[in-house]
Amino acid sequence: MFEEVGTTTEGDLIINLGPQHPATHGVLHLVITLNGEIIKKVEPHLGYIHRSIEKMTESLSYRQFIYVTSRMDYLSAHINNHACALCVEKALQLEVPQRAQYIRVIMDELTRIASHELWWGAMAMDLGAFTPFFHAFREREKINEIMEETCGARLTMNYMVPGGVMVDLHPDFQKKVKAFIQQYKAKIHEYDELVTGNIIFQNRMKGIGYLSAQDAVSYGCTGPVARGSGVASDIRKIAPYDVYDKVEFDEVLQTEGDSFARYMIRIQEMHQSIKIIEQLIDVIPDGNFQAKTKAVIKLPKGEFYQRVETARGELGVYIVSEGAAQPYRIKYRSPGFSNLSALDHMVRGHKIGDLIAAMGTLDLVIPDIDR
Amino acid sequence: MFLKEYFLDIYKATKSLLTGMKLTGYYFTHHKEILTEEYPENRKSLQLAERFRGEVIMPHDANNEHTCTGCSSCEIACPNGSIKIISKFDITPEGKKKKAIDQHIYHLELCTMCGLCVEACPTDAIKMANTFEHSVFNRNHLIKRLNKPGSKIKEGIEE
Amino acid sequence: MFSLEGITNFIHEWLNSHLPATFALLVEFVLVGVAAIGLFAFLGLVLVWMERKVAAVMQLRLGPNRLGPKGIFQTSADTLKLIMKEALTPDNADKLLFNLAPFVVIIVAMLILAPISFAKNFQIWDINIGVLYVTAISSLSVIGVLMAGWSSGNKYSLLGAMLSGAQIVSYELSAGLSILTIIVLTGSLKISDIVASQENGWWIFKGHIPAIIAFVIFIIASTAETNRAPFDLAEAESELTAGFHTEYGGMKFALFFLAEYINIFIVCAIGATLFLGGWMPFHIGHWVAFNHIMDYIPSSFWFFGKTGFLIFLIMWFRWTFPRLRVDQLLNLEWKYLLPISMFNLLLMSVMAIMGWYF
Repeated sequence: MFEEVGTTTEGDLIINLGPQHPATHGVLHLVITLNGEIIKKVEPHLGYIHRSIEKMTESLSYRQFIYVTSRMDYLSAHINNHACALCVEKALQLEVPQRAQYIRVIMDELTRIASHELWWGAMAMDLGAFTPFFHAFREREKINEIMEETCGARLTMNYMVPGGVMVDLHPDFQKKVKAFIQQYKAKIHEYDELVTGNIIFQNRMKGIGYLSAQDAVSYGCTGPVARGSGVASDIRKIAPYDVYDKVEFDEVLQTEGDSFARYMIRIQEMHQSIKIIEQLIDVIPDGNFQAKTKAVIKLPKGEFYQRVETARGELGVYIVSEGAAQPYRIKYRSPGFSNLSALDHMVRGHKIGDLIAAMGTLDLVIPDIDR
Repeated sequence: MFLKEYFLDIYKATKSLLTGMKLTGYYFTHHKEILTEEYPENRKSLQLAERFRGEVIMPHDANNEHTCTGCSSCEIACPNGSIKIISKFDITPEGKKKKAIDQHIYHLELCTMCGLCVEACPTDAIKMANTFEHSVFNRNHLIKRLNKPGSKIKEGIEE
Repeated sequence: MFSLEGITNFIHEWLNSHLPATFALLVEFVLVGVAAIGLFAFLGLVLVWMERKVAAVMQLRLGPNRLGPKGIFQTSADTLKLIMKEALTPDNADKLLFNLAPFVVIIVAMLILAPISFAKNFQIWDINIGVLYVTAISSLSVIGVLMAGWSSGNKYSLLGAMLSGAQIVSYELSAGLSILTIIVLTGSLKISDIVASQENGWWIFKGHIPAIIAFVIFIIASTAETNRAPFDLAEAESELTAGFHTEYGGMKFALFFLAEYINIFIVCAIGATLFLGGWMPFHIGHWVAFNHIMDYIPSSFWFFGKTGFLIFLIMWFRWTFPRLRVDQLLNLEWKYLLPISMFNLLLMSVMAIMGWYF
């Protein structure tokens, strides 16, 4: 371990942050080289939650492999499933019914809100405030209930299937979603009162973990991390899938590039997601929720790639097919991995507390990074 | 002016801190906002979503009849190998051999509740139940036989 | 009328009538010791339970609710569990200092208890330099923290202890200055004199704005001195896992935990004594009837009520605010609290000289 750090000189303090540490949100292992309390180098070590999902999927059929992706970025399980389903549909050149497309987008946005809610709470907890965590769960719980009612599960939904969605919406779905939007709008000001406006919070975030637009691009950052540095990288805008080209929403951009900018991006993205849901919820067309597919799906020989915007950034699904019922190779491009790689650059010269704050704004989900 | 900024800073900081305290103070005094459900006590009134995927079951009707033909679709659809179909051959009245279900073995301990088996079933013989209290002391109790002993297939269900 | 003074007097007379004076004094020592330890245990259990309940309600939860009515016995059960756990000493630790540290912390907390006046004429030791004694002894607790952090042989502990050292040393200044602000008015360091001087009104009302400023600074500084959020850098859970007590387990950890709550109680008791009149009932000017009703409430209730309010305030801070970073923490002290409290002391001195207070 010590040899790997490289820049270590005599008198440096090397600390293992993780794999069991309250702020790493899982089993991330950071080897930090400190000079006093100033960070000289941060080296992330992965592998503690490697489940070889990519290898595992090579032995699963095109219907089965989708459910495994819920276990990657478990906070945007719907969006992961969506990416896989889209990729298979792209390969099959399958037309998905309008109703399914609407449902998928609404579900995606609900997932995005739920994910950002959890991030908001966890972020505040990283900074030492415990109460916001539970307040965030209040709204997230409502989304989970909606998911549970329609999809049958709260976290690993496995709702998207190639050709549409697994079951039709629950009759109460629209009513529940509208009730959620109302509750969200009534409570969102509390988020600002409790955390955003707080002077301690602002001082902890502003000017910390600066990432320039250039660096964001060169590290391959996507999602809110890149948008916080002013890089327009929203896949929903760049390459719209399903009905994203029919809805109106803004791609939130901030140019500051610090932790507070990334924080504000996510807060505003929640508002945008609400805006998208409001546009779609009343106009879900009637019709089939699932296109007819063969019992055994066989993809034509070739390579297929599909990317979507998860709550963390760009998720890419790359399928190599040999024409069999199972994929020859699957590769996921996960957003967290690239975002994590920028951490070292962001926190050099800061203190441990800043490292935790900056890491919080990256919104890392370790099983997503380490599949 | 320096002093003015200094005191303005203090004023703004205090105000932001008091706003936060006002919110937590509000929740401290409003106990009806508490969300916690006391689980074992509210067991009777607990309403789980009807579609909640808790375990796979095979519904039987009053005559102890199910609709499973033993076609193994669910076994193939399952990504984890948590379903095992053991089939047998019945002799029909006409004297022909007919494939039928002997035992539908379901490994709850392997199941990830993805619901693919239910989707794959051509005769809607299995479905997801919204039970969730699955803990047992012996792991072997999680291996379940879904078709009840002595049950048989409903008339008119064909593959 | 219920009064703690009566109980102590009765015991004192009974002992002296049955035993020689020296023995009576010895027995009284033992009784006081037992009472102090008993109070410790009781405060620890009640304050931890209170903290968890306060936190829970602010976080829309129920908090402990299984053991006993409203979960009141939860903390007793936790303590029992901690007692039964193995008290592990890490291999790399300095064995002596590691095992000594929790006792240093708890003994310091116990010593500060001596001059606090819990009720009318109910006090262990009415020393004439009471407040000075409290501030002097309370600064010793940092030694225990540093000891624990250094001897653990853990980098997190070391960082936590060093942060705690810097923090406690700086915040003692403004805590001391805000205490001085009231001492200027009372003219005595003796706790009983300070309480007696507030018979016609508490200092926070009598001392106008400077007293209120001093009170606010005192609360902030004492929150920092007891290593509570938002100043809990010494144990910053999300940064340093558990800071200086990372390596402690079982009862040794429980002693740190207990000391934290005892320290909160003590600083709040000091705050209540200085600013809120100690055990003095709440009186308004010449409302004789109102004052008489207030007098009817036992003085110990007044004291514990005021202390409890201050403790709640500190808990309220903890469950609302995020944690400060170490440089911000020191900035707050040296750039804001210290200059303001110095100026405040000057203002109060002028007021005291001119007699501009009630």
